[in-house]
Amino acid sequence: MRKTLLSLLFLILIGLLMANTFSAKDSPWDNGKSIDLVWEISPMAIKVEICRQDADEPKRVLLTCSDPSGSFRDNELEPNNEYHYQLKAYFQDDDLTLSASAQTRAQWFYMGKLGFLLLLLLVCGAILYYIQAARHGKEFFIRRIAGLDSMEEAIGRATEKGKPILYVPGISDLDDIQTIASLTILSHLAERAAEYDTEIIVPCRFSMVLSAAKEVVREAYLKAGRLDAYKPDNVFYLTDDQFGFVAGIDGIMLRRKPAANFFMGSFYAESLILAETGFATGAIQTAGTAQAHQLPFFVVTCDYTLIGEELFAASAYLSKDPQQLGSLKGHDFGKLVIILLIILGVILEILETSNLKEFIAGAIS
Amino acid sequence: MKSSAPLIFAFIVGIIVLLSEFIPHSPFNEIVSTLEGWFMIISGFAILLGQISLIRMNTHKIVHKLDNWQYHLAGLISFGLMLALGLLWGMQETPGILGDATGIQAWLGQKPFDYLFENAYLPLSATLFSLLAFFIASAAYRAFIIRGLESNLLMITAIIVIIGRTSIGTMLTGWLPESLHFWHFPNLADFIMEFPNTAAQRAILISAGLGIVGSSLRIILGIERSYLGGDK
Repeated sequence: MRKTLLSLLFLILIGLLMANTFSAKDSPWDNGKSIDLVWEISPMAIKVEICRQDADEPKRVLLTCSDPSGSFRDNELEPNNEYHYQLKAYFQDDDLTLSASAQTRAQWFYMGKLGFLLLLLLVCGAILYYIQAARHGKEFFIRRIAGLDSMEEAIGRATEKGKPILYVPGISDLDDIQTIASLTILSHLAERAAEYDTEIIVPCRFSMVLSAAKEVVREAYLKAGRLDAYKPDNVFYLTDDQFGFVAGIDGIMLRRKPAANFFMGSFYAESLILAETGFATGAIQTAGTAQAHQLPFFVVTCDYTLIGEELFAASAYLSKDPQQLGSLKGHDFGKLVIILLIILGVILEILETSNLKEFIAGAIS
Repeated sequence: MKSSAPLIFAFIVGIIVLLSEFIPHSPFNEIVSTLEGWFMIISGFAILLGQISLIRMNTHKIVHKLDNWQYHLAGLISFGLMLALGLLWGMQETPGILGDATGIQAWLGQKPFDYLFENAYLPLSATLFSLLAFFIASAAYRAFIIRGLESNLLMITAIIVIIGRTSIGTMLTGWLPESLHFWHFPNLADFIMEFPNTAAQRAILISAGLGIVGSSLRIILGIERSYLGGDK
C-alpha cells in the first residue's frame, strides 16, 4: 500500500514537473512598454513558436526557436493595454497550443536606473554641499584654466589693434547645454569687450540662439555701463545650414580679420574649417567644446582649448562667484567617485564578479 | 517678477525633466513630450526673428554701400529667389501657390526649387565640406612638427595609425611570424584606436558629463543666470 502511494506521489510530481506552462507578465519597474513571456514545455518539442494576437491586427510571430524552456521580452508596446499571446509547440506527431495574456502597466520607478540615480544624487549632494560651504565663507583652490585666463589677453590684443572679436556660440540650438554654457561665457566676454570698447561680432546659426545671444550681449553692455556702444546688428543670424554657416563665418574672418576668435559650444565637421581659416588670418584663437572628436582639431589650430568640462566650468571660473566656484569642487568630488568606481570595477572584473558593472549599467532590474 | 519668472520656470521644468528620467509613469512622460512640443513651437516663431535679422542686416549693408555690399546683395537675391520658387511651385511632392509647374518640370526635369537645390546648393555645400581634406593636411603638418617629446609621440602614433589603416601597413609587416602578431601595423593601429584612444575619449566624456550635471544644477537652482543676460 505504502509502495503504491509513493509511486503515485512520484508520478504526480513528475507530471507537475513536466507540465507545459506558458505565462505572460507585465515587466516590472519599467515604463509599461514591455511584457515578459516565460515558457516551459516538454523537452520532446521540435519547434516553439510564440505569436502576439492583437485584436485589430493579424497574428504576429515574435519568436521561433527549439528551446523547451525560456523567456522573451516583448518590447515597444503601448502602456495600459491588454496583450494576448499564443505559444505553439510542435512535436514529432502532435502539436500543442498554449495561451496567455497580460496588461502593460507603467511603474513609478525605473529600477534599471537605480545605479545612475544614486551616482547623480551623490554628485549633486557634493555640489550642493560645496556651494553651501562657499556661502559660509570657505575658500577653495581652483586650478588655473589657461584658456580662460587668456580671454583678457585676447580682448587686449583686439583693443590694441582696433579689430573686432569674433564669438561663435557653436552650431547647436538652445536645447544643447553646450550652447547655454557658451552663452554664459559670451556674457562675461561681452562685458569685458564693452569695458574696453571693442566690437564683438556674434553670428548665430539658430534663431533661438540669436534671441538669447542678443539679450546676453545687450545686458553685458548695460552692466558695463556702455549701452550706447551696443550694436544690435553685430549679433546676427546667418543661416541654419551647417556649411552655409561656416562659409559665412569664414567670409567674416577673411574680410574683417578679427584679432581674436572664440569658438565655444558644440561643433561638428566644421570645426577644423573654422579654426584653420582663423589661424590663417593670424587671430588669437580660443576654442571650447565637449565634442571629443573635434577636440584634436581645436588643439592643433587654436592657441587655447577648453577641454570638455572646462567649457562648463568657464562661467563659474570667470565670475569668481564663491557659490559657483564651490560647485566646481563638487565636480572634482564626482571625478574622485568615478575614479574609485573604475578602480573597484577593474578589481571586481579581474575577480570575475560583474555585479558592480551590471548595477551601474542598469542590467539588474 | 520679470527676472524671477524665467528662474522659477527653469527650476520647475528642470525638476520635471529630471524626474521623468527615473519615473516612467504618467503624467511625467506626457509633460516632457508637451515641453518638447513647446520648444518646437517657440523655435518656429523664432525662425521669423532670424529671417528679419538676416534681411535687416543685409539691407543695411546694401543701402549704405558698406564694404563688400555685393556679397550681401547676392545673399539676399538667393534667399528671395529660393523663397519665391518654393512658394510659387512648391518642392518635391508639395505643390505651391501656382501648382506643380508641369511646364517648367518638363523643361528642367524637376521643380525649379528642387533644381536649384540639387544643382546649386548641394554642389556648393559639398565643395565647402571637401575643403576639409586640405585643412586636415595643413593642420596635421603643423601638429607633426617635432618640437618636444609630446609632439614626437603624437607624430609616431599618427604614423603608425596612418600606415596601419592603409594597404602599405599590411604589406610592410605581413611577413612577421605569428608570435610577433601584435607588431603587425594594422594590429598596432587597432590597438591604439581601441585602447589608448578610447580611454582618453571616455575620460573627456565622463568629465564633460560631470560638467553638464554641475552646470544643469546651477541653472536649475538659479545660481547660474548669466545665460539670461544678468548675473543677479
